[in-house]
Amino acid sequence: MKTPRVFGLFARRERTALVLAGLAIVVVPILNAFGVVSDLNLNLMGRWFCFALAALGIDLIWGYTGIMSLCQAVFFCLGGYCIGMHMLLKTGTKSVYGSSLPDFMVWNQVKALPWFWEPFRHFPVALALALAVPVAFAFVFGFFAFRSRIKGVYFSIITQALALAMWLIFLRNETMLGGTNGLTDFKTLLGFQLSDPSSKRWLYVLTAVILALAYFGARYMVGSKLGKVLVAIRDSEHRLRFTGFPVTRYKLFAFCVAALLAAIGGILYVPQTGIITPGRMDVKSSLEMIVWAAVGGRGTLGGPILGAIGVSLAYSFLTSHFPGSWSYFLGILFITVVLFFPEGAVGALAKLKLRRGKAKPAPIPEASHASQSDDDARLSGTVLAAGAGTALTASAETTLTANAATTNASAASATVEATAVLKESV
Amino acid sequence: MTKRILHVEDLMVSFDGFKALDIAFFELEEKELRVVIGPNGAGKTTFMDVLCGKTKPHTGSAMMEGKDLVSLNEQEIVELGVGRKFQTPSVFGSLSVFDNLMLAFKTDRKVWRSLFYRLTPQAKTRIEEVAETVGLKDALSMQAAFLSHGQKQWLEIGMLILQDPKLLLIDEPAAGMTDEETAKTGRLLLDLADRHSIIVIEHDMEFVKQLARKVTVLCEGKILTEGPIEKVQDDPQVIERYLGRSHGTRAEKAERLATAPAAVGSAGGNP
Repeated sequence: MKTPRVFGLFARRERTALVLAGLAIVVVPILNAFGVVSDLNLNLMGRWFCFALAALGIDLIWGYTGIMSLCQAVFFCLGGYCIGMHMLLKTGTKSVYGSSLPDFMVWNQVKALPWFWEPFRHFPVALALALAVPVAFAFVFGFFAFRSRIKGVYFSIITQALALAMWLIFLRNETMLGGTNGLTDFKTLLGFQLSDPSSKRWLYVLTAVILALAYFGARYMVGSKLGKVLVAIRDSEHRLRFTGFPVTRYKLFAFCVAALLAAIGGILYVPQTGIITPGRMDVKSSLEMIVWAAVGGRGTLGGPILGAIGVSLAYSFLTSHFPGSWSYFLGILFITVVLFFPEGAVGALAKLKLRRGKAKPAPIPEASHASQSDDDARLSGTVLAAGAGTALTASAETTLTANAATTNASAASATVEATAVLKESV
Repeated sequence: MTKRILHVEDLMVSFDGFKALDIAFFELEEKELRVVIGPNGAGKTTFMDVLCGKTKPHTGSAMMEGKDLVSLNEQEIVELGVGRKFQTPSVFGSLSVFDNLMLAFKTDRKVWRSLFYRLTPQAKTRIEEVAETVGLKDALSMQAAFLSHGQKQWLEIGMLILQDPKLLLIDEPAAGMTDEETAKTGRLLLDLADRHSIIVIEHDMEFVKQLARKVTVLCEGKILTEGPIEKVQDDPQVIERYLGRSHGTRAEKAERLATAPAAVGSAGGNP
């Protein structure tokens, strides 16, 4: 039941979203074509939108369904690696070593392409796998976890263990995915030169369009009966079960959709970044994604998107202006959110409006987390604190990754070579 | 002769060797309203947990419509037509009262159907009817978390009605209610008994008298006695083991608790 007043609120939110989408999809690329927005900044924004896609998925599984998944970065990277493998095969003999095999295989003295690389030669197959592999992974893992009624803190811990295990697997050279150095030296995608500014602009536009579509798709989903079932899982799972709903299937659905959104983010991220390493899927990366959603305001869809972009923007600004101490700023931001704005930026804004009497307390389901269990609240606090902690302590590491991400292909392969030499000497 | 809806035999649940429930025989007729009473720890809630699939018994059977509830999972039991109301009100706090009822309304519960579900006018009318029945018609757009305790209990009962079960399991519907709310709940249950078979667990003897139906007394997991409330009330065994200690109105009970703190332990503890 929507009263007219609530309907008005919905309309305003939708209008805002449309305006922002229009700005991102049409205005920014035009500004870029005229040189007002630099190629570098456009590229940065495109990558933030990829993060926003993952954050949107987190909002569905955590914000709405109340299941805190700490392995979303794994899904992001699975999608990213799949498309990276395709692009690397397309680089072919134009690589540094001139072999038809990817460079890292040459250093590792691999003579033939491993069997599982073969399907990635063709773009449609690679794209299908990039979407299917993470979702299938989420399906199988979720099936066993949800069927065994693993929930709350236990589910979070298991997903975190999964993230750690996957990270360790991808670090190994034997996995044939480039080990620590990951995949890089991409040249073309669908025949377009990735270094070409117009390719970059189109990739940016594509990302923005997909993010907008994902947002409105998710908006439809949470407004449907299915969305209400998800909120009902968060509020009282056993009530829902005894109302006759196949709760496990709904959870599985939400988990797979979240994985799909993360995977799409990863697929779009890798061509725009030029490198994918296991560093993107470590435990901390998944935690950071949770932080994006929390800072923006979970259960609002818009909040996590803004959170992902906002935190990444802050990261970018602080790392360039305060390279030595940016992590303190970020840490303070996270702690502030945990202590004072548990509902995130969007939630805080809504409260501010309430206080000013601009709107009366409207029964908007997603704005309230009143009935979420204490357990969940405590867990969120712990995880956010952990997020803040890692941000503080692991700054150097992240900065390195970030630098590697922004350097061009040759510089990256230089790093890679150095590492290879080191390994040989050991 | 009326038809039986539920037939329980040799139902036994034990937690670490402690026999929480040991019911040799229990039957419920169609459209019967049965009240189950008994001291704390008598196994009343465990009995309901078994019937709705929350707890699996060690032995025994609970036959309903030719199917053994013991061998089914929660969802299958709901589909067979068993609805459960929990002791503490459990509703979906972030959703509106209308949405709570909408989710309970008997429709296809499949994931994809839910994604493209459209509310039919008939469903809307039915939901509004039920809201009227449980006295929440004016609160339909309110967020369920903001309802009073009594209203939440009624909302949950309303959700049960919309599930349209054949057998309703209602655990302490009047707990935490004012006397006036309790009376209203009693009328609601009597009303429901025209169309459903109902098992109610209750502590409040005033409330049990209001329902004035057949009563089953559980004690230490076993059925102590069964029969009309007047007969059960006068049963020396029941008075000795249960009524003797908690008989009286709420006010009297409260007074007793206040004036004789030493008696609290024995009144609240298991026999």
